[in-house]
Amino acid sequence: MQLIACPWCGPREEVEFSYGGQAHVPHPAAPADLNDEEWAHYVFFRANPKGRFAERWNHSAGCRRWFNAVRDTATYRFEAVYRLDDPRPVTP
Amino acid sequence: MAELLRTHPLEAWTDTFAALPAAVGITVEPFVAMADVRLGALAPDESARLGVDLPRTPNTWVPAGDGRAVWLGPDEWLLTSTAETPEELEDRLRAVLVPHGGAAVDVSAQRVSLRLTGERVRDVLARGCALDLHPRVFRRGACAQTTLGLAGVVLLALSDDGSDHGVLVRSSFAGYLADWLLDAALEFTTTEQ
Repeated sequence: MQLIACPWCGPREEVEFSYGGQAHVPHPAAPADLNDEEWAHYVFFRANPKGRFAERWNHSAGCRRWFNAVRDTATYRFEAVYRLDDPRPVTP
Repeated sequence: MAELLRTHPLEAWTDTFAALPAAVGITVEPFVAMADVRLGALAPDESARLGVDLPRTPNTWVPAGDGRAVWLGPDEWLLTSTAETPEELEDRLRAVLVPHGGAAVDVSAQRVSLRLTGERVRDVLARGCALDLHPRVFRRGACAQTTLGLAGVVLLALSDDGSDHGVLVRSSFAGYLADWLLDAALEFTTTEQ
Protein backbone atom coordinates (compact mmCIF):
# COMPACT_ATOMS: atom_id res chain seq x y z
CA MET A 1 0.00 0.00 0.00
CA GLN A 2 1.16 3.52 -0.74
CA LEU A 3 2.65 5.40 2.18
CA ILE A 4 1.98 9.11 2.67
CA ALA A 5 4.37 11.09 4.85
CA CYS A 6 2.28 13.09 7.31
CA PRO A 7 4.28 16.20 8.32
CA TRP A 8 3.60 15.34 11.97
CA CYS A 9 3.38 11.55 12.18
CA GLY A 10 5.74 10.42 9.42
CA PRO A 11 4.98 7.78 6.80
CA ARG A 12 1.58 6.16 7.26
CA GLU A 13 -0.66 4.03 5.10
CA GLU A 14 -2.85 5.75 2.57
CA VAL A 15 -6.09 4.49 4.19
CA GLU A 16 -5.42 6.72 7.19
CA PHE A 17 -5.77 9.83 5.03
CA SER A 18 -8.63 11.60 3.34
CA TYR A 19 -8.48 13.86 0.33
CA GLY A 20 -9.32 17.54 0.48
CA GLY A 21 -9.12 18.79 -3.11
CA GLN A 22 -6.99 21.48 -4.66
CA ALA A 23 -4.74 23.50 -2.36
CA HIS A 24 -3.99 27.22 -2.50
CA VAL A 25 -7.46 28.30 -3.66
CA PRO A 26 -7.54 31.91 -2.45
CA HIS A 27 -10.68 33.15 -0.74
CA PRO A 28 -12.04 36.17 -2.63
CA ALA A 29 -10.91 39.46 -1.10
CA ALA A 30 -14.41 40.92 -1.39
CA PRO A 31 -16.90 38.02 -1.58
CA ALA A 32 -19.93 40.32 -1.52
CA ASP A 33 -18.81 42.00 -4.74
CA LEU A 34 -18.76 38.79 -6.79
CA ASN A 35 -21.53 37.96 -9.20
CA ASP A 36 -22.99 34.45 -9.29
CA GLU A 37 -20.66 33.26 -12.01
CA GLU A 38 -17.53 34.47 -10.22
CA TRP A 39 -18.73 32.91 -6.96
CA ALA A 40 -19.45 29.62 -8.73
CA HIS A 41 -15.92 29.68 -10.12
CA TYR A 42 -14.51 30.11 -6.60
CA VAL A 43 -16.71 27.42 -5.06
CA PHE A 44 -16.82 24.74 -7.75
CA PHE A 45 -14.12 25.21 -10.38
CA ARG A 46 -10.89 23.35 -9.75
CA ALA A 47 -7.83 22.60 -11.78
CA ASN A 48 -7.54 19.08 -13.13
CA PRO A 49 -4.00 18.78 -14.43
CA LYS A 50 -2.21 15.71 -15.63
CA GLY A 51 1.01 15.86 -13.65
CA ARG A 52 1.97 17.65 -10.46
CA PHE A 53 -0.96 18.96 -8.47
CA ALA A 54 -0.92 20.71 -5.09
CA GLU A 55 -3.62 19.13 -2.92
CA ARG A 56 -4.97 19.23 0.59
CA TRP A 57 -4.88 16.03 2.63
CA ASN A 58 -6.09 15.18 6.12
CA HIS A 59 -4.52 12.55 8.34
CA SER A 60 -7.97 11.53 9.52
CA ALA A 61 -7.07 8.29 11.33
CA GLY A 62 -3.99 9.77 13.01
CA CYS A 63 -3.34 13.31 14.16
CA ARG A 64 -6.38 14.66 12.23
CA ARG A 65 -4.35 17.58 10.88
CA TRP A 66 -4.62 19.07 7.41
CA PHE A 67 -1.54 19.43 5.27
CA ASN A 68 -0.65 20.03 1.65
CA ALA A 69 1.02 17.66 -0.76
CA VAL A 70 2.27 17.87 -4.32
CA ARG A 71 1.16 14.70 -6.08
CA ASP A 72 1.66 13.63 -9.64
CA THR A 73 -1.79 12.71 -10.89
CA ALA A 74 -0.35 10.52 -13.65
CA THR A 75 1.96 8.39 -11.49
CA TYR A 76 0.27 8.93 -8.09
CA ARG A 77 3.72 9.64 -6.67
CA PHE A 78 3.87 12.15 -3.80
CA GLU A 79 6.59 14.66 -4.73
CA ALA A 80 6.45 16.80 -1.58
CA VAL A 81 4.52 17.16 1.67
CA TYR A 82 4.34 20.46 3.50
CA ARG A 83 2.35 22.28 6.17
CA LEU A 84 -0.60 24.51 5.39
CA ASP A 85 1.23 27.75 6.13
CA ASP A 86 4.22 26.88 3.96
CA PRO A 87 4.42 27.95 0.31
CA ARG A 88 4.28 25.32 -2.39
CA PRO A 89 7.77 23.85 -2.66
CA VAL A 90 9.54 23.85 -5.98
CA THR A 91 9.63 20.28 -7.22
CA PRO A 92 12.20 19.27 -9.83
CA MET B 1 -35.06 5.40 42.16
CA ALA B 2 -32.44 2.85 41.26
CA GLU B 3 -28.92 4.11 40.97
CA LEU B 4 -27.54 3.98 37.44
CA LEU B 5 -24.14 2.33 37.46
CA ARG B 6 -21.70 2.72 34.62
CA THR B 7 -21.19 -0.60 32.88
CA HIS B 8 -17.93 -1.31 31.14
CA PRO B 9 -18.47 -2.07 27.44
CA LEU B 10 -16.06 -5.02 27.73
CA GLU B 11 -17.60 -6.56 30.84
CA ALA B 12 -18.79 -9.56 28.82
CA TRP B 13 -15.24 -10.28 27.62
CA THR B 14 -13.38 -10.24 30.95
CA ASP B 15 -13.66 -14.00 31.57
CA THR B 16 -12.46 -14.79 28.04
CA PHE B 17 -9.54 -12.43 28.45
CA ALA B 18 -8.66 -13.96 31.82
CA ALA B 19 -8.35 -17.40 30.21
CA LEU B 20 -5.73 -16.25 27.70
CA PRO B 21 -2.15 -17.49 28.12
CA ALA B 22 0.48 -15.08 29.43
CA ALA B 23 2.13 -14.71 26.01
CA VAL B 24 -0.91 -12.85 24.69
CA GLY B 25 -2.39 -11.38 27.86
CA ILE B 26 -5.26 -8.93 27.43
CA THR B 27 -6.53 -6.98 30.42
CA VAL B 28 -9.41 -4.55 30.60
CA GLU B 29 -8.20 -1.55 32.55
CA PRO B 30 -10.51 0.28 34.95
CA PHE B 31 -12.01 3.60 33.94
CA VAL B 32 -9.73 6.59 34.30
CA ALA B 33 -10.43 10.30 34.00
CA MET B 34 -9.40 11.66 30.61
CA ALA B 35 -9.37 15.19 29.32
CA ASP B 36 -8.67 16.51 25.84
CA VAL B 37 -6.41 19.57 26.04
CA ARG B 38 -6.12 22.12 23.24
CA LEU B 39 -3.39 24.70 23.60
CA GLY B 40 -1.16 26.70 21.28
CA ALA B 41 1.78 27.68 23.45
CA LEU B 42 2.46 27.36 27.16
CA ALA B 43 5.07 29.13 29.24
CA PRO B 44 7.37 26.92 31.36
CA ASP B 45 5.92 28.16 34.66
CA GLU B 46 2.45 27.26 33.43
CA SER B 47 3.70 23.76 32.62
CA ALA B 48 4.67 23.51 36.28
CA ARG B 49 1.17 24.55 37.37
CA LEU B 50 -0.27 22.00 34.96
CA GLY B 51 1.89 19.38 36.66
CA VAL B 52 3.31 18.07 33.40
CA ASP B 53 5.58 19.21 30.60
CA LEU B 54 3.31 18.45 27.64
CA PRO B 55 5.26 16.43 25.04
CA ARG B 56 6.05 18.46 21.91
CA THR B 57 7.50 15.53 19.98
CA PRO B 58 4.82 13.92 17.80
CA ASN B 59 3.67 10.45 18.83
CA THR B 60 5.09 10.42 22.34
CA TRP B 61 3.60 10.25 25.82
CA VAL B 62 4.99 11.14 29.22
CA PRO B 63 3.89 10.16 32.73
CA ALA B 64 1.87 12.97 34.31
CA GLY B 65 1.47 12.49 38.04
CA ASP B 66 -0.77 9.45 38.43
CA GLY B 67 -1.73 9.45 34.76
CA ARG B 68 -0.30 10.18 31.34
CA ALA B 69 -0.03 13.02 28.87
CA VAL B 70 -0.39 11.70 25.33
CA TRP B 71 0.43 13.72 22.20
CA LEU B 72 -2.59 13.74 19.89
CA GLY B 73 -1.63 16.63 17.65
CA PRO B 74 0.62 19.70 17.51
CA ASP B 75 -1.83 21.59 19.75
CA GLU B 76 -3.78 18.70 21.27
CA TRP B 77 -3.08 16.29 24.12
CA LEU B 78 -4.91 13.63 26.06
CA LEU B 79 -4.37 13.86 29.82
CA THR B 80 -5.40 10.98 32.03
CA SER B 81 -5.59 10.65 35.77
CA THR B 82 -6.30 7.61 37.89
CA ALA B 83 -6.70 9.55 41.14
CA GLU B 84 -9.02 12.40 40.15
CA THR B 85 -12.63 12.26 39.08
CA PRO B 86 -13.32 13.49 35.54
CA GLU B 87 -14.83 16.68 36.96
CA GLU B 88 -11.80 17.36 39.17
CA LEU B 89 -9.38 16.79 36.29
CA GLU B 90 -11.34 19.04 33.94
CA ASP B 91 -11.66 21.81 36.54
CA ARG B 92 -7.97 21.70 37.43
CA LEU B 93 -6.85 21.84 33.80
CA ARG B 94 -9.32 24.57 32.89
CA ALA B 95 -8.12 26.77 35.74
CA VAL B 96 -4.61 26.71 34.24
CA LEU B 97 -5.41 26.65 30.53
CA VAL B 98 -8.37 28.95 29.96
CA PRO B 99 -6.49 32.18 30.87
CA HIS B 100 -4.02 31.27 28.10
CA GLY B 101 -6.64 30.63 25.45
CA GLY B 102 -6.49 26.88 25.89
CA ALA B 103 -9.32 24.47 26.50
CA ALA B 104 -9.86 21.24 28.41
CA VAL B 105 -12.80 18.97 27.76
CA ASP B 106 -13.70 15.87 29.71
CA VAL B 107 -13.57 12.88 27.35
CA SER B 108 -13.52 10.14 29.98
CA ALA B 109 -16.44 8.34 28.34
CA GLN B 110 -14.91 8.49 24.88
CA ARG B 111 -12.35 5.74 25.15
CA VAL B 112 -11.75 2.58 27.14
CA SER B 113 -8.33 1.25 27.90
CA LEU B 114 -6.94 -2.22 27.24
CA ARG B 115 -3.54 -3.52 28.20
CA LEU B 116 -1.75 -6.11 26.08
CA THR B 117 1.13 -7.95 27.73
CA GLY B 118 3.30 -10.88 26.77
CA GLU B 119 6.01 -11.75 24.26
CA ARG B 120 3.57 -12.45 21.40
CA VAL B 121 1.34 -9.36 21.60
CA ARG B 122 3.41 -7.67 18.92
CA ASP B 123 2.52 -10.52 16.56
CA VAL B 124 -1.14 -10.07 17.46
CA LEU B 125 -1.00 -6.32 16.81
CA ALA B 126 0.89 -6.86 13.55
CA ARG B 127 -2.14 -8.67 12.14
CA GLY B 128 -4.09 -5.43 11.97
CA CYS B 129 -1.63 -2.59 12.30
CA ALA B 130 0.91 -1.65 9.65
CA LEU B 131 3.16 0.38 11.93
CA ASP B 132 6.57 -0.88 12.96
CA LEU B 133 6.06 -1.76 16.62
CA HIS B 134 9.53 -3.23 17.14
CA PRO B 135 11.00 -1.90 20.42
CA ARG B 136 13.86 -0.49 18.33
CA VAL B 137 11.46 2.29 17.25
CA PHE B 138 8.38 1.81 19.45
CA ARG B 139 9.65 1.72 23.00
CA ARG B 140 8.34 3.15 26.28
CA GLY B 141 7.32 6.76 25.73
CA ALA B 142 6.14 6.24 22.16
CA CYS B 143 2.51 6.33 21.10
CA ALA B 144 0.66 6.18 17.81
CA GLN B 145 -2.80 7.00 16.57
CA THR B 146 -3.62 4.51 13.88
CA THR B 147 -6.04 1.78 12.94
CA LEU B 148 -6.07 -1.68 14.46
CA GLY B 149 -8.27 -3.94 12.41
CA LEU B 150 -10.89 -1.45 11.31
CA ALA B 151 -11.00 0.52 14.55
CA GLY B 152 -9.13 3.73 15.24
CA VAL B 153 -6.94 3.34 18.32
CA VAL B 154 -4.23 5.07 20.30
CA LEU B 155 -1.36 2.65 20.90
CA LEU B 156 0.94 3.31 23.85
CA ALA B 157 4.28 1.58 24.29
CA LEU B 158 4.62 0.89 28.01
CA SER B 159 7.86 -1.09 28.06
CA ASP B 160 11.25 -1.05 26.37
CA ASP B 161 11.07 -4.67 25.21
CA GLY B 162 7.82 -4.48 23.23
CA SER B 163 5.91 -6.80 25.56
CA ASP B 164 3.59 -4.25 27.14
CA HIS B 165 1.18 -2.06 25.18
CA GLY B 166 -1.76 0.11 26.11
CA VAL B 167 -4.62 0.40 23.63
CA LEU B 168 -7.17 3.21 23.87
CA VAL B 169 -10.23 2.51 21.77
CA ARG B 170 -13.53 4.32 21.44
CA SER B 171 -16.18 2.73 23.63
CA SER B 172 -18.50 1.82 20.78
CA PHE B 173 -15.63 0.08 18.96
CA ALA B 174 -14.45 -1.79 22.06
CA GLY B 175 -16.57 -4.89 21.46
CA TYR B 176 -15.44 -5.12 17.86
CA LEU B 177 -11.80 -4.70 18.86
CA ALA B 178 -12.09 -7.27 21.65
CA ASP B 179 -13.45 -9.84 19.19
CA TRP B 180 -10.79 -8.88 16.67
CA LEU B 181 -8.00 -9.27 19.25
CA LEU B 182 -9.28 -12.68 20.35
CA ASP B 183 -9.38 -13.80 16.72
CA ALA B 184 -5.89 -12.45 16.03
CA ALA B 185 -4.56 -14.15 19.16
CA LEU B 186 -6.14 -17.49 18.27
CA GLU B 187 -2.97 -19.15 16.97
CA PHE B 188 -1.12 -18.31 20.19
CA THR B 189 -3.88 -19.59 22.47
CA THR B 190 -4.14 -23.17 21.26
CA THR B 191 -2.05 -25.59 23.28
CA GLU B 192 0.54 -27.72 21.53
CA GLN B 193 -0.26 -31.39 21.20
